[in-house]
Amino acid sequence: MSGETLFSGAVLVGILTSGIRLATPYLYAAIGETFGQRSGVLNLGVEGQMLLGAFAAFYVALVTGSLWWGVLASLAVGALMGLAMAVVTVNFQAEQGISGIGFYLFGMGMSDLLFQKLVGTVKTIQGFQPLHIPLLSDLPVVGKIFFSHNWMVYVAYLLVPLGWFVLNKTTLGVKIRAVGENPKAADSLGISVGAVRYYTIIQGGILSGLAGAALSVGLLNVFQENMTSGMGFIAVALVYFGAWKPLGVLGGALLFSMVNALQLWMQVLGIPIPPDLAVMLPYVLTILVLVVSVSKVRAPAALAKPFEREE
Amino acid sequence: MRLRIPWDALFDALLPLIATALALLVGAVMLLFLKVNPLTGYAALVEGAFGSPNAIAETLVKATPLLLVGLGICISFQGNVLNIGGEGQMIVGAILGTLVGLTLTDWPGWLVITLAMTAGFVGGAIWGGIPGVLRAYFNVNEILSTIMMNAIAVQLMNYLLRGPMLDPAQASRASKIPQTARLPAAFRLPRWVPTRLHLGVLLALVLAIVVYVFLWRTVWGYRIRAVGKNPNASRYAGIPVKRYMVLALLLSGAFAGLAGVVQVYGVNYRMITDGSATGFTGGAGFNGIVAALFGHLHPIGTIPASILFGALLVGANKMQRVAQVPSALITALNGLVVVFVVSSEIWRRRRERQHLGQVKAAEAAMEDASPPPPPNHEEMQP
Amino acid sequence: MKKVIWFLAVLGIVALALSGCGKSAATQPAQQEQAKPFRIAVILPSSIHDLAFSQSMYDALVAVQKQMGGESAMQFVYSDGMYKVDDAAAAIRDYASQGYDLIIAHGSQYGSSLQEIAPDFPKTSFAWGTTVDTFGMPNVFAYEAASEQGGYVNGVMAAKLSKSGVLGVIGPIETGDAQRYVEGFIAGAKATNPNVKVQVTWTGSFSDVSAAAEAANTHIAAGADVLTGTAQMVVGAIGVAKEKNVLWFGTQADQSSLAPKIVVANQVYHWEIVLTQMIDLIKKGTLGGKAFAINLANGGEVVEYNPQFNLPKDAKEAAEAAIQGIKAGSIKIPLNTKK
Repeated sequence: MSGETLFSGAVLVGILTSGIRLATPYLYAAIGETFGQRSGVLNLGVEGQMLLGAFAAFYVALVTGSLWWGVLASLAVGALMGLAMAVVTVNFQAEQGISGIGFYLFGMGMSDLLFQKLVGTVKTIQGFQPLHIPLLSDLPVVGKIFFSHNWMVYVAYLLVPLGWFVLNKTTLGVKIRAVGENPKAADSLGISVGAVRYYTIIQGGILSGLAGAALSVGLLNVFQENMTSGMGFIAVALVYFGAWKPLGVLGGALLFSMVNALQLWMQVLGIPIPPDLAVMLPYVLTILVLVVSVSKVRAPAALAKPFEREE
Repeated sequence: MRLRIPWDALFDALLPLIATALALLVGAVMLLFLKVNPLTGYAALVEGAFGSPNAIAETLVKATPLLLVGLGICISFQGNVLNIGGEGQMIVGAILGTLVGLTLTDWPGWLVITLAMTAGFVGGAIWGGIPGVLRAYFNVNEILSTIMMNAIAVQLMNYLLRGPMLDPAQASRASKIPQTARLPAAFRLPRWVPTRLHLGVLLALVLAIVVYVFLWRTVWGYRIRAVGKNPNASRYAGIPVKRYMVLALLLSGAFAGLAGVVQVYGVNYRMITDGSATGFTGGAGFNGIVAALFGHLHPIGTIPASILFGALLVGANKMQRVAQVPSALITALNGLVVVFVVSSEIWRRRRERQHLGQVKAAEAAMEDASPPPPPNHEEMQP
Repeated sequence: MKKVIWFLAVLGIVALALSGCGKSAATQPAQQEQAKPFRIAVILPSSIHDLAFSQSMYDALVAVQKQMGGESAMQFVYSDGMYKVDDAAAAIRDYASQGYDLIIAHGSQYGSSLQEIAPDFPKTSFAWGTTVDTFGMPNVFAYEAASEQGGYVNGVMAAKLSKSGVLGVIGPIETGDAQRYVEGFIAGAKATNPNVKVQVTWTGSFSDVSAAAEAANTHIAAGADVLTGTAQMVVGAIGVAKEKNVLWFGTQADQSSLAPKIVVANQVYHWEIVLTQMIDLIKKGTLGGKAFAINLANGGEVVEYNPQFNLPKDAKEAAEAAIQGIKAGSIKIPLNTKK
């Protein structure tokens, strides 16, 4: 590899493959958050949900020897955290930005505490293996980039068209969007604002849990305290980047992850850039792309505003 | 004169405490699981927060960055912008402030401190202003930009502290600790020895009053609040909405920056990095938001809220030492308290509305009961 | 405004009441009737289970406690996860005021705090790592690790074992202990095979496991077949190495358990010698003023080969030669070669 430049074929393939893989946890969490925000709920606690999901998946997989039970556990834990957030958001109408931070701290502390008490020392497990898709995986170049990953990566990408479909082509999607734009009107039309939000928040929790599982049993095969290191917040930020559309979120996740992969390759190839500045690149570029792309997007009108039925 | 106990005010005041107590109750269950006696644990918590003059000093020292960040949050929230970039703004403010102290080595202490505080204010203002400008003029959502700027600030700190701002004493060592030189004694905020209670505490309290005056007694504050309540009506009234949006975020960042530089000049006396934001800020960028909300987004209310929060955090660390529980438990407890307290707000809002409803009903009843007063003929004379 | 006054009043009353009844319960330290055990308190920046920096000190304390004869001879308490510097300062001061004999601030970020607190407790001994600076104070010890030494040995073996001639290094931030290790590794590798290529990436954090894993993936995709790295996040890199069947060299702690088949060797920090020396000195009345280092010569650093890995003879011999050379002083490892 010595003498390869940043723009040689092999390196580009490497960057693209890395980028596709890295985007996975962001996709799970951000699609979940998109649904929540479309229904008017801001959840800043995604990071805590991811950490608990990551731990649940890892621990159950470790103890039962089955990765699938681990994934199931992460779904359950994510649902539980989502339920708690739903109660706090819908029933107690708590200030969403703050409750999110509370759940983040709780999730971070609990996952670390449980890890220390139940597992004790850092361990690795055998995670999900790449899923070979007949024909597609064998394609040259394209096969390596897109089809050499495990099922958790594929499902993350499938969530994009699925999310788009649900949001735009189903009655549920109509309800979600109505509740997010004008809950009062939706309420008067007989849509239960609370029920819709319960749904999106719990689904968001499940997807965040799954994002965590993707990390611990899908990509990294290990659990360590605070292993997400800010990913949950980036996922929330990506929802804004994607203008609350699953396709936009995909774009954001890919942009961020590709640039991340790029800066790693830059370091590996010995390009003389201070590593701190290299690490900064994905964050800077995400902002720059948004600045440059002229858009008149508007947030869901009722975002982060608690809804209360006038008696 | 009859003694009227203001039950309402009492309840309102106690609500966060009750919620905190409930959260700690859940924490007690967790302590039991860890085979720790909750009573010993919580006794340690209270002792750590209030049990000695030193403990109280520590609580106040911990509360100071929370209060400063919280004041900035009050401003931004009133302008209806959510600033979660406090961590990054604290860092940049601290960097600029420290630079002042490291370069102006021969200047008099009081001057350097003043300049450094200003530099910190400015640094945070820049780091908050950028998301403000991005939001107002480029429609880049501020939650996204502040999250990104937080990460950028950490890398900036890493780069500067291990390179251009590295302590010369470290540069010649084998194990270079990424820290700046120590601020000379003349540049440090005076302390109430033997505690760590430093002048920054007083500064924060004074600024709380300043922010109150700013928000409710100045034109700019009024406009920020107007823009926050109803941007369309404000635009109609001729207020340049975009400019005030930027101002809200800029000021919010400025106070966070001040929190950062106060930490350096009052507590640590140098800047050091471990690659994380929280290592330096102690989480004040986030906990400050919580403190502001506990204080109902009122600068004066943020004072007791920050003290309560500071007490909780300081006391919890003491509990960790006494009961030898993992500090992860403390983080989880921190989260529980936040969730419980923010959930308890609903009772206060309900009662406020009830109260408002009662007042309105009473007014309506009075109007129905009495006839309209006769027109005053004298006043109608030209 | 009225509400605020009430709030403050209630807060104050409650606090006073509770602190009154709380104090008696919490301030009694454990009573010992017979010979007082040596009491140590340690402040750690990360988890005691991080398989890296903090764990190395925790394990050493456990070992020393056993050596000294158990709880009756030495007791220690710890506060881990203390990455918030001002919380750590409060902890150090608190432990000091409770009369612990030795307080270990195991993290270079704690220096400023120690500088302030140590003078207030002249009868307490403080220890600070990793550094050589005792601030000229009579009750402060300093300790550091010559991590470049084990790094060099690892580098020697890595160069010998690599079939592709490309090595990958995954570091946190280019500073401190991490920087020394990496410089040593590169020196050892180049000394063994001047044509070997060493790729270095810095993730910008000590805890970003995903970044470490992706760095490992990138190194491997760029041709590396031997990896090394430092900081707690490397568990992610080891996971990737395990999956891709790439060799790993560890430092700070024994990381073999994570991937028994591909971890070749670890430079394990055995802080025990530093601890025993400090405890000895304190018992004799010297509370500080000395700087310690762990290195290969004094056994504070040990290159521990993973018994489950079949290390070829020539690599082992090269490693042993390097160890002897460093111990004897015939091999000098250049540091601060950058800038």
